[in-house]
Amino acid sequence: MENFILPLSGGLLIGVAATLYLLTTGKVVGISGIFAQALFNKERGLPILFIIGLILGGSTYGNLIPQHTDFPESRSTLLLIISGLLVGYGTRLGRGCTSGHGVCGISRLSPRSIIATLIFITSAIITVYFFNSI
Amino acid sequence: MKALITFITGLLFGVGLAFSEMTNPAVVIGFLDITRNWNPSLLFVMVGAIAIGFIGYQIQKRRKKPLFDSSWSIPTRKDIDSPLIIGSILFGIGWGLSGYCPGPGLTALINNPSEGIIFVIALILGSGLFQVQSKLQTKPQ
Repeated sequence: MENFILPLSGGLLIGVAATLYLLTTGKVVGISGIFAQALFNKERGLPILFIIGLILGGSTYGNLIPQHTDFPESRSTLLLIISGLLVGYGTRLGRGCTSGHGVCGISRLSPRSIIATLIFITSAIITVYFFNSI
Repeated sequence: MKALITFITGLLFGVGLAFSEMTNPAVVIGFLDITRNWNPSLLFVMVGAIAIGFIGYQIQKRRKKPLFDSSWSIPTRKDIDSPLIIGSILFGIGWGLSGYCPGPGLTALINNPSEGIIFVIALILGSGLFQVQSKLQTKPQ
């Protein structure tokens, strides 16, 4: 179980980022929400900066931070399109994703976020299960 | 200052995703694949993030206002409505199909562009569809 150190450290960093964002801007970090603001809000400067930072930080993959798992082999375009549409629409309708509901919402013990997180994890587990059995 | 902090927050969040390998959809699918080789990584990520997040909210409760704004804007709703449930089910299906949620999907633009570009275009369309739909619904009133 030596490989729990990196995920735990990554999680702690995500928690620090969420706390920094909360205490400075007064808002909850939800990537789906911030991305939607960057796309559709009139005042989109700050959300765009956040997204650029996120992409740059997240692409330290393999360059600065050692990784242990290979990327999956390229999946079909149709699968990626359906997935992107469902993630884009679903996170807006459900008002949050893994960060907004899963991290920030559970941190504040919000009942909506706890329910949402249980539902999307269950629905994702069932999807992976079905996908494996066909 | 506000812009710099916002950028650094995004950067830290991204590095956290990379550190925990959440930027790799194979790791996420490994967590969701409970019946085969289960990879508990995401559980440790959540525990780490929620532990710090919980402390953050305890500090927040004791402060009158955020550092760079005049008031807190934190969700207060407590009701469990059907958009929350249906939206979460749809998101879960999309997440399970590719292993990308919004953050890792965006980082895939650089990490794995052949998939990332397609996923992000679809992500924008899905989010835009909701935007258009909610505008149409609010207009008649």
